[in-house]
Amino acid sequence: MGKYFDELMQDHRFREGLNACMNCGACTAVCPAAEYYNYDPRQIVDDVQARDDESIEALMKSDTIWYCGECMSCRPRCPRGNTPAYVIQALRKLSQKYGFFTESEKGRQQYALGKVLGGNMMELGYCVHPTRVAPRMHPEQGPVWAWVHEHDDDVFARFTENYKKQGPGPARAIDPESMAEFRRIFDVSGGTEFLDNIERHSLKKAEELGMTPEEYMEYVYTYNSGTHTL
Amino acid sequence: MKYRYANWQEYSKYIADDHYYYARSCIRQNFFPGSEKAFLDILRNDLGMDITEDPRHTTCTGIGYHSDVVPLETTMAIVARQFALMTECGYENYVASCITSFGIYSEVLDMWHHFPELEAKARENLFKATGREFHKPKILVHTSDLMFHVREKIAEKGVRRLVNAATGEPLKVVDHIGCHYAKVFPKKGIGGAEFPYVLAGMVEAWGGQSVDYPERRHCCGFGFRNYLVQANRGYSIANSKKKFESMAPYQPDFIVSNCPGCAMFLDRWQFTLNAMTGSNYAIPSLTYEEMAGLVMGIDPWDLGLQMHQVPVEPLLDKLGVQYDPAAKYLGKNGKFIGQPVAPAIYNPAAL
Repeated sequence: MGKYFDELMQDHRFREGLNACMNCGACTAVCPAAEYYNYDPRQIVDDVQARDDESIEALMKSDTIWYCGECMSCRPRCPRGNTPAYVIQALRKLSQKYGFFTESEKGRQQYALGKVLGGNMMELGYCVHPTRVAPRMHPEQGPVWAWVHEHDDDVFARFTENYKKQGPGPARAIDPESMAEFRRIFDVSGGTEFLDNIERHSLKKAEELGMTPEEYMEYVYTYNSGTHTL
Repeated sequence: MKYRYANWQEYSKYIADDHYYYARSCIRQNFFPGSEKAFLDILRNDLGMDITEDPRHTTCTGIGYHSDVVPLETTMAIVARQFALMTECGYENYVASCITSFGIYSEVLDMWHHFPELEAKARENLFKATGREFHKPKILVHTSDLMFHVREKIAEKGVRRLVNAATGEPLKVVDHIGCHYAKVFPKKGIGGAEFPYVLAGMVEAWGGQSVDYPERRHCCGFGFRNYLVQANRGYSIANSKKKFESMAPYQPDFIVSNCPGCAMFLDRWQFTLNAMTGSNYAIPSLTYEEMAGLVMGIDPWDLGLQMHQVPVEPLLDKLGVQYDPAAKYLGKNGKFIGQPVAPAIYNPAAL
């Protein structure tokens, strides 16, 4: 009783996010995720502050903790100064530490996020880059973005001399020494191991499901069981 | 301690007049490179301000952090490197182009204040990885704060106001404030979460009419993993749909946002909703740099308005902007580079 709660309390984010919840539900009333998904941050905070290990483990294995968009709309609304989104962040971190995230459809998506964002950051130093927003993966971006993506060198040339080259400006190539520093920071601060851990657990789940890494990537990126909304 | 704040002025903050270290935004430089150029051109060239750009800075990792694939300790050490670069360049004021970066920097500084051991760890990680050390910024602002700060100077130097050139009536503007600007630390944003004024202040200073629509404070729906993973995008578009339905009855002439992602989503999701539902949304969605650029008389294609999915020409016509329609999709030096297909025949599956 309380092992996971004690571990959550080691997380500064969690300590900032949960003081004492009186279950008023203001967070749920204002939450964009609660309006769309079968999701109730009030219930989550109540479950966590009950310190019941079984219940917290069930949360960490569920889709529930992955619905939050981390917009922080709950933060200025809580009359007790809690931030349910911070509690969610701490639960997600612990869920990934123990590999529980691969037990749920939404949790398994961390593999796609780790590969896409981790790849962009480690290779380019950006979370997003024009060359990586492929219209096939982003049909919602529309035909103007497809035109930009196809003619990126020429479109960006109107705004910068340094597109994909070293020097100041948008979407520049970050110099090799800065990239080496960026990667070393990930190594010494636990970021590389965090991404590797997501991949280890995910590939184990892919094997269980009889999928190649590529098939698993496509599956987690596109599959929606249709059971999440109200 | 004050119990309740009554108006936007009570959510004001000190904004230094000059000498800033500028950090670009992953999303803004991706989708709105002309906006970042306009910001630097207006502040440096038209207002004579000292804003330095350092190509060595990287992402703050904010999108990765809020997608829960980057741990806090790593984000803090990356932020520490950005501050080290600022320190080495001889600056004490930091201006971030991204809303989520602004939220990240604000959070990191606040956590270091409350948990000094986290600052010590970030300093240790940074030194171990790079040999660098840093001073924390004395002033941290978002680029929209800085443009709000100089709005009257822009109004004085501008070549036009946000009015209908034919009727003289002010244009109706709906704004959207990025959640991580207003909701993480409301007291660090002009007007906070309750009385959003950072954009309305620019709109009013430049002659437009700010419209306070019911869902003004609602999230655009980015939601990090909720947009980045294709299977989750229903969440994202549902939130933007709610905002469009709320603002449409006021017949706005355009939307203005201070968050790079929000400005993009409020542009793209109109196209997607039209394709999905047969709606006819066509409200131009501008960044505040683009709004300022039009006031200052910058050519719309040099601002990057050709990169918008929602056509901007009806707005340009209302403002009386002279522009060359044939130049819209040309590359540098007038090079012809084709043009986008019409939305009705766009088939991304065939790409």
